[in-house]
Amino acid sequence: MSADSLRIALVGNPNCGKTALFNLLTGGRQKVANYAGVTIERKEGRFVAPSGRVLQILDLPGAYSFDAVSPDERITRDVLEGNYPGEAPPDLIVCVADATNLRLHLRFVLEVKRLGRPVVLALNMMDAARRRGITVDVPELSRRLGLPVVETVAVRRGGAQALIAQVDGDVPPAAAAQPDDPASRADLHAQVRALLAATVVMPRATDRVDDALDRWTLHPVFGLAILAVVMFLVFQAVYSIGKPMTDAIGDGFGWLGSHLAAWLPAGPLQGLVTDGLCGGLGTVLGFLPEILVLFLFILTLEESGYLPRAAFLLDRLMVSVGLTGRSFIPLLSSFACAIPGIMGTRSITDPRDRLATILVAPLMTCSARLPVYALLIGAFIPAHRVAGVFNLQGLVLFALYAAGIAGAMLVGWVMKRLRRDQGEHALLMELPSYRLPKARDVAIGLYERGMIFLKRLTGVILALTVLMWALSSFPAPPAGASGPAINYSIAGYLGHGFAHLFKPIGFNWQMSLALIPAFAARETAVAALATVYAVGGEGALGPALSLHIPLASALSLLVWFAYAPQCMSTLAVIKRETDSWRNVAISFGYMFVLAYAASFLTYQIASALA
Amino acid sequence: MRLSDLPKGSPAVVDRVDDAHAGDPIAQRLRDLGFVDGEPVRVVACGPLGADPLLIQIGSTRFALRRGEAARVHVKAEAA
Repeated sequence: MSADSLRIALVGNPNCGKTALFNLLTGGRQKVANYAGVTIERKEGRFVAPSGRVLQILDLPGAYSFDAVSPDERITRDVLEGNYPGEAPPDLIVCVADATNLRLHLRFVLEVKRLGRPVVLALNMMDAARRRGITVDVPELSRRLGLPVVETVAVRRGGAQALIAQVDGDVPPAAAAQPDDPASRADLHAQVRALLAATVVMPRATDRVDDALDRWTLHPVFGLAILAVVMFLVFQAVYSIGKPMTDAIGDGFGWLGSHLAAWLPAGPLQGLVTDGLCGGLGTVLGFLPEILVLFLFILTLEESGYLPRAAFLLDRLMVSVGLTGRSFIPLLSSFACAIPGIMGTRSITDPRDRLATILVAPLMTCSARLPVYALLIGAFIPAHRVAGVFNLQGLVLFALYAAGIAGAMLVGWVMKRLRRDQGEHALLMELPSYRLPKARDVAIGLYERGMIFLKRLTGVILALTVLMWALSSFPAPPAGASGPAINYSIAGYLGHGFAHLFKPIGFNWQMSLALIPAFAARETAVAALATVYAVGGEGALGPALSLHIPLASALSLLVWFAYAPQCMSTLAVIKRETDSWRNVAISFGYMFVLAYAASFLTYQIASALA
Repeated sequence: MRLSDLPKGSPAVVDRVDDAHAGDPIAQRLRDLGFVDGEPVRVVACGPLGADPLLIQIGSTRFALRRGEAARVHVKAEAA
């Protein structure tokens, strides 16, 4: 360790505000939310203290105890004990505790103290504690614990001044390390009780607001009704708020393309710019508003503390299909993208439940599928009003999401039947206090997700768009050839090849062709269709599709996208998270079979009815 | 009485947590979370299907426990 650099680890119970504190200190933009287990990996940041000293801050996953039962708790324990590969133990541990929940959190503080390392206690959420009339005798608590204690409000600017002043000073002396055995563990609770009795006045064990809200949100009937309404409103909003903006962006790029075409000489370059770049970029970029609306709702729900309530309501149902209430949050994130969803399964302590959740997560309709759905629904489903209120297009979208969920339930149930381990697996989930979502946190989250989408767009998607354009433009048709030029291109040959495989489920060769780039990133299927049908902008693509594709095939394609094997990145994440190619193969295989079977049925039934 | 049999809203204190089998990790976790002798405990809500899981208030924390987990906790009813 160099003299002017101090390594600090932030630890504490789950959902005590470590990450919010980390962001406040380092100006970082880590994801924060109001449920336990948001931070699933160690994260590092640095900031320069007023004295000029560089402080390296390590944000660790929350832990209830060092008797680590989940992979993320294990990381925390290993780092603090200096057993994490390639990681020296921290010079100073900042133990963060929720001031409104000291009975639980102080126990972990005592456990950390027994490691025999320098520790500072940060009493976080002091604003909420004061609001509830909770008073803490900080000097007395500090004296009894033998640790420096500071108050923090991690969600407020300047809320960590006292902590910065403390860590910028001298490192406090370490307490003597104590052994960890069952007898001394039971003793910790007695110590916590004595500390609380001497230093904390708590007028009421719970927050009145929480009690009042929980009476409704956890009600067996009203609770489920509220959950259904919330979910339904989210999907209606995606359609009615996001769609007009999407159309405007598509039209804008179409306009840009036609103007650029006038400037450029006719030939391959003009084709690349207008059809490839403007067409592809406009179509895919156009879906940013819809994705942002979806994220806005997910982030707001995350921040508010409602999600664990939803997990509580759905636990029994999830168990009956081989999952757990805890699966709900990763699965809900998978509606945005399966990748954060699969990574989020690390907060599921149980390996069996975790693997089951990973395998079904890609069946949740991710936002990358939204462009494909939006395009096909826009082209084939009339915008009728149903029962005077609901848009038929919105209803079909809702049905596709529901189909994904139903598929996941079926797969979960089958897995539950097939597996050998039928033992008991625990829920044990903490329900946090409700919190009013902070506009700043939601905005940061929205910005981050938007940027991830744009980065993927400019990188992978743009490259694929150009590749698709090249595949469908070369070789040029022979002189005097009849029929569209793409018929003679490489893409034409590939598409025709795949078309044999997909003919029973009603895909023509253009659709089969669009599935190739969709495997890299699903949203590119739209750009690919735009390229093969040689239209720019989404506005023109819809009518072109309804001209060339029968309704039964379009429905079959929608169903295919609801179940089809996920994108390459998702498979890569499954490999990384489970460290097993077998799981990747299972995942790909079952989804292919499921998608093929469901599309086959859809196509055959729809054709028979037509 | 077991915590899983405690009527909703009626106050009780924890007596002990039983291991369902030797070295039961669920029982150990319950003890770590504060289910220890003398701690006041209350059932706040029940899940919509089969009254499962249970929402348990212990101290100022609320935990969702499935019935099987709550059955490990023995409680003594307390006069309100």
